[in-house]
Amino acid sequence: MIQFILRRLLQVIPVFLGTTLLVYFMVFALPGDPIRALFGDRPPSEAVIAQLRQQYNLDQPFWVQYGLFLKNLFTFNLGVDFTGQPIAATLARVFPVTAMLAIEALIIQGVFGIAFGLVAGLRKGGIFDSTVLVLSLVVIAIPTFVLGFALQLLIGVQLGWAKPTVGSNVTWGSLILPAVVLGMVSFAYVLRLTRASVIENMNADYVRTATAKGLARRQVVTTHVLRNSLIPVITYLGASLGGLMGGAIVTEAIFNVPGVGQKLYQAILRSEGPTVVAIVSVLVLVFVLANLLVDLLYAWLDPRIRYEN
Amino acid sequence: MTTSDVTIQEAGTTADRPLLEIRDLAISFKTGSGEVQAVRNAHLTIMPGETVAIVGESGSGKSTTALAAIGLLPGNGRIAGGQILLDGEDISHASEKRMIELRGNTIGMVPQDPMSNLNPVWKIGDQVKETLKANGRPSGPDDVAKVLAQAGLPDAARRAKQYPHEFSGGMRQRALIAIGLSCQPRLLIADEPTSALDVTVQRQILDHLEKMTSELGTSVLLITHDLGLAAERADKVVVMYRGNVVEAGPSLELLQNPQHPYTQRLVASAPSLASRRIQVAKELGVTTNELLAPAEAAVVAPAQTEDVLQIQNLSKVFKLRSGFGKSTDFTAVDDVSFNVKRGTTTAIVGESGSGKSTVAQMVLNLLEPTSGKIVFDGVDTSALNTKEIFAFRRRVQPIFQDPYGSLDPMYNIYRTIEEPLRVHKIGDKASREKKVRELLDQVSLPQSTMQRYPNELSGGQRQRVAIARALALDPEVIICDEAVSALDVLVQAQVLNLLAELQSRLGLTYLFITHDLAVVRQIADHVCVMEKGKLVETGSTDDVFDAPQRDYTKALLNAIPGARLMLPPEVA
Repeated sequence: MIQFILRRLLQVIPVFLGTTLLVYFMVFALPGDPIRALFGDRPPSEAVIAQLRQQYNLDQPFWVQYGLFLKNLFTFNLGVDFTGQPIAATLARVFPVTAMLAIEALIIQGVFGIAFGLVAGLRKGGIFDSTVLVLSLVVIAIPTFVLGFALQLLIGVQLGWAKPTVGSNVTWGSLILPAVVLGMVSFAYVLRLTRASVIENMNADYVRTATAKGLARRQVVTTHVLRNSLIPVITYLGASLGGLMGGAIVTEAIFNVPGVGQKLYQAILRSEGPTVVAIVSVLVLVFVLANLLVDLLYAWLDPRIRYEN
Repeated sequence: MTTSDVTIQEAGTTADRPLLEIRDLAISFKTGSGEVQAVRNAHLTIMPGETVAIVGESGSGKSTTALAAIGLLPGNGRIAGGQILLDGEDISHASEKRMIELRGNTIGMVPQDPMSNLNPVWKIGDQVKETLKANGRPSGPDDVAKVLAQAGLPDAARRAKQYPHEFSGGMRQRALIAIGLSCQPRLLIADEPTSALDVTVQRQILDHLEKMTSELGTSVLLITHDLGLAAERADKVVVMYRGNVVEAGPSLELLQNPQHPYTQRLVASAPSLASRRIQVAKELGVTTNELLAPAEAAVVAPAQTEDVLQIQNLSKVFKLRSGFGKSTDFTAVDDVSFNVKRGTTTAIVGESGSGKSTVAQMVLNLLEPTSGKIVFDGVDTSALNTKEIFAFRRRVQPIFQDPYGSLDPMYNIYRTIEEPLRVHKIGDKASREKKVRELLDQVSLPQSTMQRYPNELSGGQRQRVAIARALALDPEVIICDEAVSALDVLVQAQVLNLLAELQSRLGLTYLFITHDLAVVRQIADHVCVMEKGKLVETGSTDDVFDAPQRDYTKALLNAIPGARLMLPPEVA
């Protein structure tokens, strides 16, 4: 098992190099000069521009720029962005916010999705099941930005149950509405997946055998149906983490959450290579580690899966 | 338990009151097209300590009747009429609470498929433990180990900590028997408890089950499709057909003197009871003597004594990974040599893991031998180039075990049978269609079948389609890998008849891979017995069956259910 974890951690290295190279190249290939764009209509003297370009290594060819970035990275020096702020400090500021948002969204889709899916699956064909099925389809069909604005208007503005935007003062409570929007689509998928999985497992031979042993229904469901049904759901949750990160850009923009998504969006607009790559690198790390965690959970849920070989 | 004088009783039960009595039971299922009656008129009586078998083909309602007795009908099924009396109490409409009380404690169950009836994510011990716990019995590790040990599981304390996938099929079935009997129920429902297992394992398990139930004085309701097995293990046999009980009585009596036409057919076609090769050729005007003499069996093929297949010192070694980049060798097939004469049937028998299917795959050129040669019609098949292999495939065709898995569900029957012709660019569209019609005639399927899809056909019909597809290219050799194992007895008999008939008409050569010795006796001229990759015995079918040389072969023969029964000659 330890061997497996080590090997998976080693795999992070090529994944990390590959993604950073790709992202760096895409930012490099963006049209326009990032320095000139900073000054808008009143460009400074050529000498200042040249000096700035040198300061940010923008006068170097691509490979040198990327190499310098890697070198800085391994000396734990992420450098400064175009506004002169250290990138490391920016990361330390924005990541906790998005982490809070993602955790809330994950709870919504994981806990509620599994619970609703379980109940729907156990009462297949009933009113609860049919209602939830239709509603989840509606949620899946509506794009996130439409759902986001609609809930913002309804709950935030008209009903006044929550603040329509988050702003700089981030609390767990203020993130609930954006987290609902962020987790909604995955919630619908988790619900449907759990439901289908529960229905399939309810018909499994070992569930019938468990009933034949004299077990009460509650016991049959908790020990024999639920655990087996979670296996495909966990896989989906791991993969959906990428969606959470990507979705955070839209959701954070709608609700003005000062998190990773917003920062990343600004950095892309300014062609700030180092900032974009730094953020993406951390996202890649989170994604890879989360999937490792999913694989371990998977092995815990299903003893037939062993990673030694 | 074949004697009916077992009178061990639980307190409060009188020996003359039946433990279970099913009266006029009717069960219906709600389907998309209305209510379907699965059981119409079932009645049976089990006395304390008695073993009663329900025999019938799939869909006869035998399992449904048994499931109703333990209150485990699927969600869309309901008891539409009749009574299920357990020690005098009608439990046909008992509350779920009452049924939970009865299950495990009073009525135990041993289910059919050991592969799917244990939850793969829990340790065996946990699954025994929860049974003991749910029925208010001591459930410490020692109690669990004791229950497993009683079911014949060696090293039970350690085994209890393992997961189902670390158990063999036979071990799993023992674990399921342990679970079924752990709370010492008065009635045990055993639903095809061994049909998924090898014959020798099957026999061990049934012997053990019989010993345990007779020690505990448990009544057993045994569900099986195998009449021989039922007669051997049960005091009474109940025959079900299309939801009705058509005949019931003491086992031997029923077997020797079947009254109902269905029972008569069942007795006549039970492979474990038949003793002789199918004599289809006789109806075609060939004398029995010709058929029984293997060299002359082919009436069409001109060169009767020619060896069409020569297997020479064939071996196959698989590399098994054993961690840390090392691998160990596993010899699946070990120095096997035999010849197959044109126009005859050679059977390879053995238990799972004996390497018989690996031989078949190598003969089909689907798997490369590690060493040794397969000579087909004088040519070494390993020396063939791509084009020659393509031509070789035309002459050697397979029929596989699972008629559900070996037909593409998205292809209609016409496309399925026509595909090999199209692949080999034979004829034009019109002539191919004509050929498909001929083939359907040959396998006795109506031509209207062409437009249908595999899921609309029964298992026997599908296997006929598979045969038609194999015949499409006019092959010389057909490799049947467990081709009838998944079929019900009567259907199996029909398909075997069809194969025998096609052989005598078309001069086909069969290589028949099977674990079922009873089938071998019906179809084969020659037998090769395999054990752990080695060929341990070979000879003509009659020689091997009448005078087996090796202990392994004897054990296999002895394990055929019903082999020990004496039958009047006109039945056998």
